[in-house]
Amino acid sequence: MAALTIAAGTGNWFSALALGVTLLKCLLIPTYHSTDFEVHRNWLAITHSLPISQWYYEATSEWTLDYPPFFAWFEYILSHVAKYFDQEMLNVRNLNYSSSRTLLFQRFSVIFMDVLFVYAVHECCKCIDGKKVGKELTEKPKFILSVLLLWNFGLLIVDHIHFQYNGFLFGLMLLSIARLFQKRHMEGAFLFAVLLHFKHIYLYVAPAYGVYLLRSYCFTANKPDGSIRWNSFSFVRVISLGLVVFLVSALSLGPFLALNQLPQVFSRLFPFKRGLCHAYWAPNFWALYNALDKVLSVIGLKLKFLDPNNIPKASMTSGLVQQFQHTVLPSVTPLATLICTLIAILPSIFCLWFKPQGPRGFLRCLTLCALSSFMFGWHVHEKAILLAVLPMSLLSVQKAGDASIFLILTTTGHYSLFPLLFTAPELPIKILLMLLFTIYSISSLKTLFRKEKPLFNWMETFYLLGLGPLEVCCEFVFPFTSWKVKYPFLPLLLTSVYCAVGITYAWFKLYVSVLIDPPVGKTKKQ
Amino acid sequence: MEKWYLMTIVVLIGLTVRWTVSLNSYSGAGKPPMFGDYEAQRHWQEITFNLPVKQWYFNSSDNNLQYWGLDYPPLTAYHSLLCAYVAKFINPDWIALHTSRGYESQAHKLFMRTTVLIADLLIYIPAVVLYCCCLKDISTKKKIANALCILLYPGLILIDYGHFQYNSVSLGFALWGVLGVSCDWDLLGSLAFCLAINYKQMELYHSLPFFCFLLGKCFKKGLKGKGFVLLVKLACTVVASFVLCWLPFFTEREQTLQVLRRLFPVDRGLFEDKVANIWCSFNVFLKIRDILPRHIQLIMSFCFTFLSLLPACIKLILQPSSKGFKFTLVSCALSFFLFSFQVHEKSILLVSLPVCLVLSEIPFMSTWFLLVSTFSLLPLLLKDELLMPSVVTTMAFFIACVTSFSIFEKTSEEELRLKSFSISVRKYLPCFTFLSRMIQYLFLISVITMVLLTLMTVTLDPPQKLPDLFSVLVCFVSCLNFLFFLVYFNIIIMWDSKSGRNQKKIT
Repeated sequence: MAALTIAAGTGNWFSALALGVTLLKCLLIPTYHSTDFEVHRNWLAITHSLPISQWYYEATSEWTLDYPPFFAWFEYILSHVAKYFDQEMLNVRNLNYSSSRTLLFQRFSVIFMDVLFVYAVHECCKCIDGKKVGKELTEKPKFILSVLLLWNFGLLIVDHIHFQYNGFLFGLMLLSIARLFQKRHMEGAFLFAVLLHFKHIYLYVAPAYGVYLLRSYCFTANKPDGSIRWNSFSFVRVISLGLVVFLVSALSLGPFLALNQLPQVFSRLFPFKRGLCHAYWAPNFWALYNALDKVLSVIGLKLKFLDPNNIPKASMTSGLVQQFQHTVLPSVTPLATLICTLIAILPSIFCLWFKPQGPRGFLRCLTLCALSSFMFGWHVHEKAILLAVLPMSLLSVQKAGDASIFLILTTTGHYSLFPLLFTAPELPIKILLMLLFTIYSISSLKTLFRKEKPLFNWMETFYLLGLGPLEVCCEFVFPFTSWKVKYPFLPLLLTSVYCAVGITYAWFKLYVSVLIDPPVGKTKKQ
Repeated sequence: MEKWYLMTIVVLIGLTVRWTVSLNSYSGAGKPPMFGDYEAQRHWQEITFNLPVKQWYFNSSDNNLQYWGLDYPPLTAYHSLLCAYVAKFINPDWIALHTSRGYESQAHKLFMRTTVLIADLLIYIPAVVLYCCCLKDISTKKKIANALCILLYPGLILIDYGHFQYNSVSLGFALWGVLGVSCDWDLLGSLAFCLAINYKQMELYHSLPFFCFLLGKCFKKGLKGKGFVLLVKLACTVVASFVLCWLPFFTEREQTLQVLRRLFPVDRGLFEDKVANIWCSFNVFLKIRDILPRHIQLIMSFCFTFLSLLPACIKLILQPSSKGFKFTLVSCALSFFLFSFQVHEKSILLVSLPVCLVLSEIPFMSTWFLLVSTFSLLPLLLKDELLMPSVVTTMAFFIACVTSFSIFEKTSEEELRLKSFSISVRKYLPCFTFLSRMIQYLFLISVITMVLLTLMTVTLDPPQKLPDLFSVLVCFVSCLNFLFFLVYFNIIIMWDSKSGRNQKKIT
């Protein structure tokens, strides 16, 4: 009995939270899963049944392997467990194979890998300074942070309904962030390098890592005014960092270099042939740009400035084809988006270099990098918003200003994930989970910062409340109107434009707060 | 109060769990010709929508009573009719007479599940939330934790959203009744409880405590003055609500009798299927059903039930208190479940509801009981392919109880409410000091048995000679547990006020 008491841990709220969400994930097993389920099954089959030299050439299925080598190895290891569940899922030719055992195996593999995420969250909670210790457990920043991360709506629906393996990847990222907070820089760098070779989308935040490690780890001291002391540069640190990154990369890409397949691998990883926007527009700058183009073309047609014969057909009928053709505004090339992204990232990097604020500054820069690339990137997927939402959670429990930005960002970002789940049985789940997370995050952060000024002004409140009517219009009213046949894309368009406004606002507000924040060095060290 | 957002969160968690469970299979899915309870409910919509009221309970060429004939009271029929109108609006095929038999589709499943969720949201969940808010002597945090545990009780979720039934309606009305009666809104309480009985006749399990509690209240006020007025008012409320519900069936004598015959099918025998009560467990040793004639079985079960609930009821009449009322609800329902005639395994929910209500008072024992009650449903849930949600929701419930009540630290005699009992035993047996330790060990044994039996049922094939071996074992083990709980609850009821008086003397 005593052992049970200790195991169950009466005061152990963290394990209760983690177990609770794990059980919820188990309940989500029978829900709808997207084509990503087949993608990952196909990768299991490829890595299991083919030699390494074939991994990045195999193209029986349209879902070719387009993640870096570590992820392929990860699938390889999984496949050796999978064979005990159902041998058939490991056959490359068994397209769209989905037995109940396959489903169970794949779902449980995601749930099991989330152990890493739970551990990372546990480590992150240790890094949060608990200066605002309230009497109540539910008002402690650590508690709030762990709920915000463990019960994150986006992760739940993307991983456990839609189907992907983001949980443990974000686990790696949070763990590396936690290590940087704990001054274990080498470990942090190692974890991030490993992460990059699991999924290359994390390249978006690599600049923040690079600059932070260079500035705050390789330079061992600052001048009293916080500016850089050039002679404190430590070659040993640079070399050891370089060595870590090099070794990890060698381990990952080495075999393919030996096989002379690197160009093929890279062409799979960076498919620039896809369109500017994903099938459904991610709520970023380009969504606004496209929408503006559309509005201008409609106005142009009405006022006879434009010739209807010159307008490409696709843009008028659906508006959601992969290759969006602009009619009024200039079309966007991959190079242009790359330049825009770089320009957007640069100021935050400069901030990180010229007024280092320790790990917190790094975290803000990282969030800004993620958000900026989300705003201007090429073929951005709406799921990429999680890259900004999760690190931002760490900031939100420490400062009221960040909390307000975080709430706008997560609420709109999460809402923009709604089109991922379009089947009727999942409609209540997404609404309930969204309400659960949103109500909790807003109320708990409001309670945490109740002594400071209110988190939202009237405009922000109005905007966030607007999401409710928007949802009602898009999913409950629109299907019953005659517009459903004429403009089937309208709900998606509305959702992405509405959310794009909120996310752009959050991005802008965060940028402003980073740029005008005084450097810590000036205030604290003197 | 700043913490009320947590109550919203708790309700949302409860709803999410309910809906995710509802994505699983239901009873009789794809199993012609009889299907299961899901088809029964759909069939009732078909019958009530297409036939005039007078034919609902009668066998006819349009209404084959052998095929899921309506055997619940009028309110269920009205509810089916209401659902049928919505169904007609969405897709008339769902309730077409004759041709819709065994209708199954994704959209229809979604519709049926939604009707359950809406009924639950309108009746049961508000009652739970309000009940927890009305609890006295505990902090807001504890109230919210209590609501979480009650809303996560797996038995009700699995039967309503997995197997498919509308228990949350009748249980919800009963809970409104409990709420009303314990807050001294006696008329509203008895009205709500009448609705519960008129939704499901099984609610009669709860009727005696209601009756005794209200009668006790009248006695307390003095039968010659206010008490008598209250009694008359109550009687009028009950009669009026019954008359209202049964109005279409009171037109002819034969109608009323036929409904009653449908509600109480005496000729169906002492028990059906496997149920964790005395008769079914005793059946392992002695086939009572074959030895004794039916009317003797009826009398025997009546006597046993009556005797086992008599002490608690008399006590409640003499000393009516809302706390004693809740405990009497538990012990009466449990007596009915264990001893009465024609009990279904799902009727354990009628015991679980009042146990949920005393969760905050005796967390350890209540959690234990609720676990056993869910376990007793295992054969049914396995038949419906609900293993995964059952295991998950049971674990979730257990974790919720452990974290919100820290039940393992509440096993002292005081917290088990056995202090006064063990004091009185110690007068004769001075060495009687091991009670709390003993209960802890019993809990461990019980839990281990349940886990092992679940594992065995799931993994092993039963021997060919005894195909029902595991389900009989499950019922037998649960029955033993329930007997122990019956004794326990009767002990706390009988020794309750003594401890109250002792405490007063001390202070």
